[in-house]
Amino acid sequence: MHELAVTQSILDIVLQNASQAQATKITNIYLVIGDLSSIVDDSVQFYWDIISKDSIAEGAQLQFRRITTQFECLDCHEVYQPDGDSIICPHCGSTRIKVLSGEEFYLEAIDIEK
Amino acid sequence: MNEQQKITIVQNIMNANDGLAEQNRQNLLSARLFSINIMASPGAGKTTLIEKTLHAFTPSHRVLVVDGDIATTYDADRAAAAGAKAIQINTGGDCHLDAMMVSRALSQTTLSEYDLLIVENVGNLVCPANFELGTYKNVLVASVPEGDDKPHKYPGMYRGVDVVVLNKIDLLPYVDFDSEFFSKGLQVLNPNVEIIPLSCRTNEGLEKWFGWLNKEMDIFKKETS
Ligand SMILES: Nc1nc2c(ncn2[C@@H]2O[C@H](COP(=O)(O)OP(=O)(O)OP(=O)(O)O)[C@@H](O)[C@H]2O)c(=O)[nH]1
Ligand SMILES: [Mg+2]
Ligand SMILES: [Zn+2]
Repeated sequence: MHELAVTQSILDIVLQNASQAQATKITNIYLVIGDLSSIVDDSVQFYWDIISKDSIAEGAQLQFRRITTQFECLDCHEVYQPDGDSIICPHCGSTRIKVLSGEEFYLEAIDIEK
Repeated sequence: MNEQQKITIVQNIMNANDGLAEQNRQNLLSARLFSINIMASPGAGKTTLIEKTLHAFTPSHRVLVVDGDIATTYDADRAAAAGAKAIQINTGGDCHLDAMMVSRALSQTTLSEYDLLIVENVGNLVCPANFELGTYKNVLVASVPEGDDKPHKYPGMYRGVDVVVLNKIDLLPYVDFDSEFFSKGLQVLNPNVEIIPLSCRTNEGLEKWFGWLNKEMDIFKKETS
C-alpha cells in the first residue's frame, strides 16, 4: 500500500501550515477521505506515529471523516452505493452514472497550540 | 501560555505529487517526447506488450523505457534486449511509481533524443491510480485470466486511463470471461475509453494497438509543433 507516501504528504502540509501560524504543537488533524481513494485509516495512523516523531506534530490525533461512495444513475435517477461486485445501476442496469461522492481526499483543518 | 486555535486548510493531499507530475509533463512537452504510463496487475503482460511494441517501433523510433519494479532489473533488461534505452527504477518496496521517481529517472538522459517514452509502472491495481506521473497518456493493461469483474472492483484504477488493452485473449476459450460485463464496468466511470483486445501470444489485435500509438503520436506532434 502507498500509505507511507500519503502520510509523508500529510505531514508536509501540516508542518508547513503550522509553521506559518507559529504553532508550538499540533493536537488534531482533520482528514476527509472518500472510499474511492482506497486509503486505509489504520495504516496512515501507523506510519504517522513513526514519521511525526520528534516534530511538533508528534502525538497529534488523526481524525478521519470517511465519505461513502455514492453514484446516481442518469437514466432512472436511482442513488446507490456500489456493492463491490458490480458498479452498474442495480435498478435499471444502466452504465450512465454520475459520481456524487467518494472521491474526496484532502486535509480539512488542524488544531494547534501556540 | 497555551493558545488553542483551529486552522482551516482544505488542501488536496496529493498536491506535492501532482505538482511534480505537472513539471514532468512540461519537460516532456518541451522535449516533444510522447509518453505513456502502462499500469496493470502483476503478470498482466506489461513487459511482453512493451517488447512487442519495441520490435515494431525501434526500427523507426528512438524509444526510452523507464521500468518501475520493487527490486529486480529483469524488466529493464528485457526492454534493453528489445532495442530500447532502458532505465530501471527500484522503488524499494513501494507499490507504485511516483512523479519524483520518474523525474529522477528522466534527468539521467536527454529527453529530446527520443520519440517515445514508455513507463512501466509497478504491477498493482490499486496504488498507481493515485500517483500521476505526468505522462501524456495513461494505459491500463487488463488480462483475461484476471476476470471480467476487475473494473467493478477497482474502479479508481480504470477511471483515469485513456485506453484499456485487454491482453491474453488467446485464453478466452478456457476462462469464463464475459466481455460485455467487463466493458460495462469500464463505461460507468470512463464512458468514452477505447478497449483494444489483443494477444501477445498469437499477435492477434496488436496492429490495432500500434495504430492507436501511431495516431496518438501524430496528435501529439501536431500539438507540440
Ligand atoms: N497466454 C498468454 N500469455 C501471455 C500473454 N502476454 C503475456 N503472457 C505471459 O504472461 C506472463 C507475465 O507477462 P509479463 O509481461 O512479464 O507481465 P508483467 O505485467 O510485465 O508482470 P510484472 O512486471 O511482474 O507485474 C508471462 O509468462 C508471459 O509470457 C498473452 O497474450 N497470452
Ligand atoms: Mg513487467
Ligand atoms: Zn438506473
